[in-house]
Amino acid sequence: MSEAKKTPSRRVPMAEQSPEARIRNFDEVPLGYSPDEARAEAARCLRCKKPKCVEGCPVSVDIPGFIKLIEEGEFARAAQKIKETNCLPAICGRVCPQETQCEALCILGKKGDPAAVGRLERFAADYERRQGEIELPQKAPPTGKKVAVIGAGPAGLTVAGDLILLGHQVTIFEAFHRPGGVLVYGIPEFRLPKAIVEAEVDYLRRLGIDLQLNQVIGNSIDMDELLDREGFDAAFIGVGAGLPTFMGIPGENLGGVYSANEYLTRSNLMKAYDFPNYDTPIVRGRNVCVVGGGNVAMDSARTARRLGGENVYILYRRSLDEMPARAEEIHHAQQEGIIFKLLCAPLEYLGDRQGMVCRVRCQEMELGQPDESGRRRPVPKQGAEFILDTDLVIVAIGSGANPLLTQHTEGMELNRRGYIVADENGRTTRKGVWAGGDIVTGSATVILAMGAGKAAAKDIHNYLCGLLCGNDR
Amino acid sequence: MSRILNRRQLTAKIFELTIETPRIARKAQPGQFVVVMADESGERIPLTIADFDRESGTVTLVVMVVGASTLKLSRLKVGDRLFAVIGPLGKASEIEKLDTVAMVAGGVGAAPIYPIARAFHASGSRVITIQGSRSEDLLFWTDRLSSVSDRHIITTDDGSAGRKGLVTGPLEELFSEDTSKRIGCVYAIGPAIMMKFCSIATRPFGVRTVVSLNPVMVDGTGMCGGCRVEVDGKTRFTCVDGPEFDGHLVDWDLLLSRQKIYTKQEECSLQRISQDE
Repeated sequence: MSEAKKTPSRRVPMAEQSPEARIRNFDEVPLGYSPDEARAEAARCLRCKKPKCVEGCPVSVDIPGFIKLIEEGEFARAAQKIKETNCLPAICGRVCPQETQCEALCILGKKGDPAAVGRLERFAADYERRQGEIELPQKAPPTGKKVAVIGAGPAGLTVAGDLILLGHQVTIFEAFHRPGGVLVYGIPEFRLPKAIVEAEVDYLRRLGIDLQLNQVIGNSIDMDELLDREGFDAAFIGVGAGLPTFMGIPGENLGGVYSANEYLTRSNLMKAYDFPNYDTPIVRGRNVCVVGGGNVAMDSARTARRLGGENVYILYRRSLDEMPARAEEIHHAQQEGIIFKLLCAPLEYLGDRQGMVCRVRCQEMELGQPDESGRRRPVPKQGAEFILDTDLVIVAIGSGANPLLTQHTEGMELNRRGYIVADENGRTTRKGVWAGGDIVTGSATVILAMGAGKAAAKDIHNYLCGLLCGNDR
Repeated sequence: MSRILNRRQLTAKIFELTIETPRIARKAQPGQFVVVMADESGERIPLTIADFDRESGTVTLVVMVVGASTLKLSRLKVGDRLFAVIGPLGKASEIEKLDTVAMVAGGVGAAPIYPIARAFHASGSRVITIQGSRSEDLLFWTDRLSSVSDRHIITTDDGSAGRKGLVTGPLEELFSEDTSKRIGCVYAIGPAIMMKFCSIATRPFGVRTVVSLNPVMVDGTGMCGGCRVEVDGKTRFTCVDGPEFDGHLVDWDLLLSRQKIYTKQEECSLQRISQDE
């Protein structure tokens, strides 16, 4: 405990772009630690013998191990240490909800700030990438087994990264023209620069993964063909939960009303924020309503702010306490002048003569009894309605299971909501087929999808080893 | 993959591309479409598959230059590669043997209707094709459509070829002929406004009228909902629930207004791309 006394209770702050500056650009908001800052923050870690933080990590990164290397100035080695269990550290350092995982369990957090695990992870990964000294780990000898990974998002990339190191041949099929899944179409540039995703995918390519873009599995090739004709011994499905949800209220099909999926895909994947340098257009609104209170709602609102939104509202039907977005995202949104209209929900959108949205009629809510999620249920306040002028609406109330692949795949059980039924190792009811990430769990986080990918990769490896020994169970 | 093997100018603004894309060619069915990107900074635009050859692994697309993306496509030469071709997407046409089917093609709609007409013809159905355009110099693939039609009627707005007038004229006449009771289905493909009026024309006769909708799209896989339309009062995604729908149940005014959401930006893009050359 004598060590703890010397430890500063506050973490080393990380510089970030001022709100006034950043609402005019799409550059990353937090700027990252300098080497000195990283070493100072790393020195705060207590190096617990039984590190709680590791238990909080879905992919069990050796957190005290890599932090120790940072403190010693061995930055590239720190990155390699993380990569022993996490092939996408620069991404996780930015988008993992550390405050509810590793950092939530840090002993330092009891009396002050927990060790800044996410910031240090980001620092190590960025350092390694910038130095250009990304070393490829040793791969196991080739097993001759082939695995198809469907979807190049966080789950698929993790499965691919783990299996290639174990000596299997891996092909990733991605429906979009760029790899990364939600990392490229969903999360904005200012939160996760796409160059970082490209670098992490490039690392997997250098490991020998065959990445095939523009392949809609189920349409251009189906599961039977992959396993029979194309000779894959196993397949992993990580296609995400790409089906937008609308509320089904009047006026939702007016021009200027988007699903968050469409709005963010246009801006991020298609780079509509850089129109006309990129050809894809996007509606730019002055008075913007974002419906929902999750991270996707925050991303949408902050994007709309950068695209000229003067009054950008978050319409959320509960209060700030129930909001599912990360605290940091809410904080950044507030700093950027996003207006939180809590305890209200849209009832109807009204359009102009051209069929573009111009107003929204909203219902005020109050909180009633807790529902099955444990959060207090919002109930309409009788007679309390208001109208807002709006020229852009983004509906960010979650997404469902996209049936495009699953409807074309025989012999694989789905649950009532269309998600794939899989066990804790990602095994589906169809032999030789695993699944993980949002298409199993419903909308969750990048790191949970990666955790599912890790578990599936381990199980697929065991299965393939069994095949090699003539055992196909 | 995605290499252009052949390019043919069909009219001043319409051209045909044959693209090497074996996986899509193997699975393509009449009525389905692909999403293409001309280059890295391009839009994703849907184009209905106009023909496919499973053996040579090619897909044929017919493109009319209307904006920046189609202008970019028009500039590609034999040997060039498209940045992306994704498909086949959407549901296939429901082909069955009927006594008689009427195929109505407006303008560039002659291309997507061809494989559907061919499939009905092969099924043993009698195919009556009405092909319309503004004038003779805008007609294309008349020989191809004739080869899969038992009767082929051409109309032009100005009378420079075939009958003078709109496609709805001969369509209405079909239903006043003796054959009217034998028509089991009408397909109408072309500009939204033409499909709307064909649907209005057939409505009194209660004949199933299939249209292939062409809203703005992004991913083409049901992920964004940008292509939503209303059919029978319900919201449907054209890319996965369509592109073919019952024309009598489509909310045409909504489709037409949603097609205009980006008119200003599209003009800006077109100007910019036009200046490139």
